[in-house]
Amino acid sequence: MDFNDTPEEVTFRKEVNDWLSANATLKDSSADSGYPGRGEEDALTVAKKWAAKLYDSGWACLHWPQEYGGRGSTPIERVIWGQEASKYRIPGGFFEIGQGMAGPVLMMYATEEQKKRYLPPMAKGEEVWCQLFSEPGAGSDLAGLKTKAVLEGDTWIINGQKIWTSGAHYCDYGILVTRSDPSAQKHKGLTYFFIDMKSPGVECRPIKQISGGANFNEVYFTDVKIPDEQRLGAVGDGWKVALTTLMNERLAVGDASGPDFQEAFNLACEHDLNGELAIKDGYVRDKLADWYCQSSGLKYTKYRNISALSRGETPGPEASITKIVSGNKLQEIANFGMDMMDAAGILRPDSSEAEQTMYHAGFFGAAGIRIAGGTDEILRNIISERVLGLPQDMRADKGIPFNEIPSSNK
Amino acid sequence: MNFEFSSDQMLLRDQARKFLEGQESIKKAREVIEGDHSYDETLWKSVIEMGWTATTIPEEFDGLGLGYLELCVIAEELGRSLAPTPFSSSIYLATEAILNHGTKEQKQNYLPKLAAGEIVGTLAHTETTTAPTQENLACELKKDLLNGSKIVVPDGDIANFAVVSAKDGNKIVLCLADLAAEGAEIKSENTLDPSRSHASIVFKNAKVEVLDSKVDGWTALQEVLDRAAVLFSFEQLGGAEACMNMAKEYAMGRFAFGRPIASFQAIKHKIADMYIAVELARSNCYFGAWALSTNAPELSTAAATARVSASQAFNECSKENIQTHGGMGFTWEFDCHLYYRRCRQLAANIGSQAIWKNKLISSLERANQI
Repeated sequence: MDFNDTPEEVTFRKEVNDWLSANATLKDSSADSGYPGRGEEDALTVAKKWAAKLYDSGWACLHWPQEYGGRGSTPIERVIWGQEASKYRIPGGFFEIGQGMAGPVLMMYATEEQKKRYLPPMAKGEEVWCQLFSEPGAGSDLAGLKTKAVLEGDTWIINGQKIWTSGAHYCDYGILVTRSDPSAQKHKGLTYFFIDMKSPGVECRPIKQISGGANFNEVYFTDVKIPDEQRLGAVGDGWKVALTTLMNERLAVGDASGPDFQEAFNLACEHDLNGELAIKDGYVRDKLADWYCQSSGLKYTKYRNISALSRGETPGPEASITKIVSGNKLQEIANFGMDMMDAAGILRPDSSEAEQTMYHAGFFGAAGIRIAGGTDEILRNIISERVLGLPQDMRADKGIPFNEIPSSNK
Repeated sequence: MNFEFSSDQMLLRDQARKFLEGQESIKKAREVIEGDHSYDETLWKSVIEMGWTATTIPEEFDGLGLGYLELCVIAEELGRSLAPTPFSSSIYLATEAILNHGTKEQKQNYLPKLAAGEIVGTLAHTETTTAPTQENLACELKKDLLNGSKIVVPDGDIANFAVVSAKDGNKIVLCLADLAAEGAEIKSENTLDPSRSHASIVFKNAKVEVLDSKVDGWTALQEVLDRAAVLFSFEQLGGAEACMNMAKEYAMGRFAFGRPIASFQAIKHKIADMYIAVELARSNCYFGAWALSTNAPELSTAAATARVSASQAFNECSKENIQTHGGMGFTWEFDCHLYYRRCRQLAANIGSQAIWKNKLISSLERANQI
């Protein structure tokens, strides 16, 4: 048992650090990215520049084959990159869906010509991709989606609505799951495409979030045409392709970012409570100890997963615990942080330097993290079914044609 | 990075698990609870024959000279199987105290016999229903005579000797007391987990020798407790995982409303939460094991983290295991209560959750000041 890199890993880590230190600035603290958030105007421009720089230096899409613009790195090298990159101020938040989800799906299902056309610009950040999966009536139960696809000649006509589509308003392409056969059983009548977001009939409407920002959208499709060449997988095989995509999503979604144990600890060392430093208070110590144990438990669970990768094994869905634990912890710490400032914790000062700011972001962000990319409840199903082997819940929709399944709208 | 036990250590864990299953350790724990014996002699003898008592004792003292990682995997299996033996008192507490704080002579006198299982040792620290502190310890050493009383001494009625915390003037010392000698009055105590024996000890002018540590007695004691905390955490981890597996097996086989109760989300999510608690505890225990085996400066933080995390996991799993079993979980016949009892015993044996959470934050405060 040790934390040491293998000699190859030492060399690689040094190479990563040499490049990063020459091209990026170190962060002041782990909670501060130092970059504008996704919602802000110049953020995309900044992120695109950075992505191009990565691409030109051979550091884009570590896990992709080189022929499509990636680096062809091993999983452990990708982890090392992530560890080192997290110490630097690096813009992000735009390319994860493309590079992490759409890219791998294209590699599996697209034609060679399409891969050559779409993958390099995706790797370079020139073209941004979004994910058109969830619908108002199909979230956790994604296979209940209704957006209609009808084949006319060699063109598909799409009608319907998607929702929670991050970045749809600035994206160039999207991956889309549709219902091509409503009379087939639920999971059998789906077909998967990629779509040009500038196609006539695509309309994005931003959704205002509880934080006040509007990063994701409703996307409406009215007689949108998609050529059959842009179908990924066979007609009716959309669920299988979607599952491949979602597997990649779960690997991509990691820790909830925001204030963690250290920030809460520092805050308790700076504020008074009941006439003495808050850190001396039993309630505060009790809470801090719980969060420390959770953070430490996640950190070393990650180390165990990395060790498995390093041995050439594939870590399984065990990684699902990360999002459940860190999302809930973030929500608690955000509330705790505001509590430390007493009634003034709810004040929203203009300055982003104010001590409330980070906790407010966590307060709202955590509520979203617990839902995005698989709710806490769905993740508990995944743990119990896929890790522990417990049976699935009994279902009311099994073996029934999709259009006969009871739904909220009928 | 290789944050995992080696294949040899994993093999040892498998062997230990199979051995304890073969010995019907859980059944023996029940027999001790239901019978008059304070531990299971046959199992204890087999454990000694396996060489486990000699694990970390250096070869110069007739031990095996293996590392703490080996001892950790054994501890996990002893916890999983509820082994009703004085192993933890004799090894994690007494052996560790002498190994780390004894003189050469004390090591020579005690360690070979501890390794061979010829003698059993323990730690006698608790005195009242208030947690012991440097200020409230009442046992008193004058010259080489010890006076005072200790309660809930683990295996106090089995042990041949005890490491005893006491006041010598205004400093704290650890002494070695022969429990068979004159001046030590031992009385077995009834606890809610009779699978682990406990006793009260009254010392009246008992002749003792002081553990001649290089650090003061209180610091030495904290070091002993930190090291033991990692090992007890592994016992708790093993117990927690056993409960999770029991709940899982039962829920798969028990039908209600025409389906296995394991298909209800109320049960699935409960078991998923057990899994989360066990995984966090396992990862923290591994870090504790690493710190213990390398004598890392992070040991006190790592030990407290493992201790808090493993206590939480065992608590979660042992109580929700009963809940998953429904009425059957509340019967004497099912094993759920054996784990529920052991969980409670382990949760406070070297200090309660409140004490260890406070230790954790204190050690982080110290680390932050450096």
